[in-house]
Amino acid sequence: MSATLTDKRRAVRDPHWLRGLMIGGTLLAAGLLLLLPLAVIFIEAFRDGWRGYLESFNDPYAWQAIRLTIIAAAVAVPLNLVFGLVASWAIAKFDFFGKSFLISLIDLPFAVSPVISGLVYVLMFGLQGWLGPWLSANNLQIIFAAPGIILATVFVTFPFVARELIPLMQEQGSEEEQAALSLGASGWQTFWRVTLPNVKWALLYGVILCNARAMGEFGAVAVVSGHIRGKTNTLPLHIELLYNEYNSRAAFAMASLLALLGVATLAVKTIIEWRLRQVQLASLEPSTVEPS
Amino acid sequence: MAFKLKSRSVLPGFGLTLGLTLTYLSLVVLIPLAALFLKTATIPWDRLWLMISEPRVVASYKLTFGASLVAAAVSALLGFIIAWTLVRYRFPGRRIIDAIIDMPFALPTAVSGIALTALLSKNGWIGRYLEPLGIKAAFSPLGITIALVFIGLPFVVRTLQPALEELDGEAEEAAASLGASRFTTFVRVIFPSILPALLTGFALAFARAIGEYGSVVFIAGNMPMKTEITSLLIVTKLEQFDIAAASALAVVMLLASFAVLLAINVLQWRIAKRYRGVM
Amino acid sequence: MFSPTTTYRTLLVAVALATALATGCQQSTTVANSSSENESGAKPGREVRLLNVSYDPTREFYQEFNESFAEYWKSRTGDIVSVEQSHGGSGKQALSVIAGLEADVVTLGVEPDIDAIVEQGGLIAPGWQKRLLYNSSPYTSTIVFLVRKGNPKGIKDWNDLVKEGVSIVTPNPKTSGGAKWNYLAAWGFVLQQELGDLKKLTDPAAKAEVEAAQAKAQDFIKQLYSRVEVLDSGARASTNTFLQNGIGDVLLAWENEAFLALDEAKKNGTEAPELIVPSVSILAEPPVAVVDKNAEKHGTTEVAKAYLEHLYSPQGQQLAAKHFFRPALENAISAEQRKNFADVKLFTIREAFGDWKSAIATHFSEGGVFDKIYQPGN
Repeated sequence: MSATLTDKRRAVRDPHWLRGLMIGGTLLAAGLLLLLPLAVIFIEAFRDGWRGYLESFNDPYAWQAIRLTIIAAAVAVPLNLVFGLVASWAIAKFDFFGKSFLISLIDLPFAVSPVISGLVYVLMFGLQGWLGPWLSANNLQIIFAAPGIILATVFVTFPFVARELIPLMQEQGSEEEQAALSLGASGWQTFWRVTLPNVKWALLYGVILCNARAMGEFGAVAVVSGHIRGKTNTLPLHIELLYNEYNSRAAFAMASLLALLGVATLAVKTIIEWRLRQVQLASLEPSTVEPS
Repeated sequence: MAFKLKSRSVLPGFGLTLGLTLTYLSLVVLIPLAALFLKTATIPWDRLWLMISEPRVVASYKLTFGASLVAAAVSALLGFIIAWTLVRYRFPGRRIIDAIIDMPFALPTAVSGIALTALLSKNGWIGRYLEPLGIKAAFSPLGITIALVFIGLPFVVRTLQPALEELDGEAEEAAASLGASRFTTFVRVIFPSILPALLTGFALAFARAIGEYGSVVFIAGNMPMKTEITSLLIVTKLEQFDIAAASALAVVMLLASFAVLLAINVLQWRIAKRYRGVM
Repeated sequence: MFSPTTTYRTLLVAVALATALATGCQQSTTVANSSSENESGAKPGREVRLLNVSYDPTREFYQEFNESFAEYWKSRTGDIVSVEQSHGGSGKQALSVIAGLEADVVTLGVEPDIDAIVEQGGLIAPGWQKRLLYNSSPYTSTIVFLVRKGNPKGIKDWNDLVKEGVSIVTPNPKTSGGAKWNYLAAWGFVLQQELGDLKKLTDPAAKAEVEAAQAKAQDFIKQLYSRVEVLDSGARASTNTFLQNGIGDVLLAWENEAFLALDEAKKNGTEAPELIVPSVSILAEPPVAVVDKNAEKHGTTEVAKAYLEHLYSPQGQQLAAKHFFRPALENAISAEQRKNFADVKLFTIREAFGDWKSAIATHFSEGGVFDKIYQPGN
């Protein structure tokens, strides 16, 4: 190792004390803010050991809540996946007037208070709302039933896939697609063979985020659920119900499920990010041809 | 250059995809939100103004926006430290920390609220050490801010990480070889190039904090004029069967959130443009 | 513009969207089916579903009561009733029913919440209070205090609540039924103390005296709420704040909620709070009603009526007592059981406030007394 290289290294590297301070700060912040709340959940859930933990799942209402949660996510995620692809194509591959405005509208459900998201559906489908009387006359239930919960979930998770894809697709530009088109590929083929493989990992990450949010949403769903035990309670609502019934062990056991879901998706995510980096590295090499 | 105007693009599908995007956006977001605006529009102006400007409501705006702003700033600082550490250093436990950054995002907000309250209240793990110091963490604006930092932190870390990873050592090395100190290098070279990402992360955390409800209500204390956030006030109005007032407050919140988001996106669009110009 | 491929693409996307939407619609048909099942529910041997939308502290009671009713109904008609439950803050629950939560019966915390369903939704016919005994309140309760073990602040009566250094937990009376009772109980206590006899309230000769007493009551309420540390939106949330998070020296609570909290503390082995019964309190009458329109729609009017009537049956009254509600019928429980409930002087809402409508208008409406407490410079 030559002296100049060591010098350079030293200049670019942070001094030891700073390194220690930063790592210490990170460990402290992550420990206090992230690990402790997580630990509370698991410690409370396992207060009575494994047996008590498993006992918490011996509750048909809990399983119904899990089922409803999965149904809501199973509808919301594919819908927003398709939307995310379509929207990011329009937004990332073309320049047009009002783009920032459009992106902001797409982002809106992310920043809007979940209470408001619930409220708008009450205004639309409630008995005193726009469509309420008609729905009631036709014996259709939207809010206080599964469709309302699904709608609220779709609303809340609306931006996630699109927001993951748009920056990446913008960065990638459209040279590859143009090349494919000039070689005679159809637009559809170009999308399947060129665009999709390029964004597949970001897409998956978006889906994971979208799914996590769909399964964990509380505020918006709380407004439209009606809280009927075993019927319109999602997992987060069931957790609140258990907590309110002084059954905090079961509440935290259910919460641990969602936390575990989080941990599992994070594992997948780590793999995805590793792959993403590889893709980025590969695309930085001009000579590398994308295997399709 | 090739895609400055949409008409010049050779790529197909603009009309189709934009049409579908607008349709779906309208169905899921715009029409429901229009219901909110229409409901508010039925209120006479003078009454509307009274609704959204009474002292208790104004106090809730101050708290909501104030706590969100402080929380976003703290998130930005902590988020920077964490992102820097995760990207630049290798140490035991790095992967675990990297993995749990998204945890606040995956947890239901109510669960976060309950867990944080359990930690910070008088007989909680952290609260019991703060109590003798005269610091009231739960049921105070401080508690609200902590909950909002918890919610906002992932957004800062996740926007900063890629920006920090993209920084190649060359500029830093050049600065160093020209005799710049590490501090000067940071202030002059590193900081400017990650500033856009930092601002975006800050704004995202801020936008998310304004709308946050589930985790805050458990820890807030909900005292009028003191620890009552606007989202809670909306719920309170609803539960008093005052849907009009709830809608009016919701519209104020909605416009504020939208303004923040628009600011972020215009900022990003400008940066992207500049970036492209350099290319 | 529209090449064959474009059409193909549009088609594909349309199919994808339609499939997704169909999945959503399927949900709504399932729900529609399940509610139409109820229509033919009255035939013998059929399964009948009832939805009881209730308030917070009745969770445990109705869980057991529903089983008792199902047994009773099966022996009477052969039908199998399954009662679905929804619980939450009383006001929020009423709002959900107004917005279309298809409750067959409502069992709420305060009369005005059912009145709101009458007025805003027209789902319940006016005069519902007259349909069942005791103003349609099959059980009553009152407001008591829970204090920390050993009662370190020496809280014995309402006056002690405003002593220096006492911190109080009670929910927000604007959203919580229980909290309305708390507030009105405190107010009524001052009237009682100042006037000696609540009959003076309607006596024109005592006008000046009454005005002075009302002013005192307002001052007392203001002091009391200045000592409130956490103002949750529901009764159960307040109990959790007091018990789980250790906030406050005293919790103003429903009597049944307080008993339940003692029970829970015993079960969990945590430090048990103490129950304090003030010298005078309010007679809280949580009302019940059939939601006529919904029951008609579901064809469940008969079973819904029977459900509420069963609350007045010996079994119903016994269960209410078991879950610490005071049974409305005098002889429903033994003298021994009666002893569990402290013999406290109770005044009714009619005696102290005339009726609910004026109590709401004066105290809890927009700009009412409660709002003024929190206005700066007041």
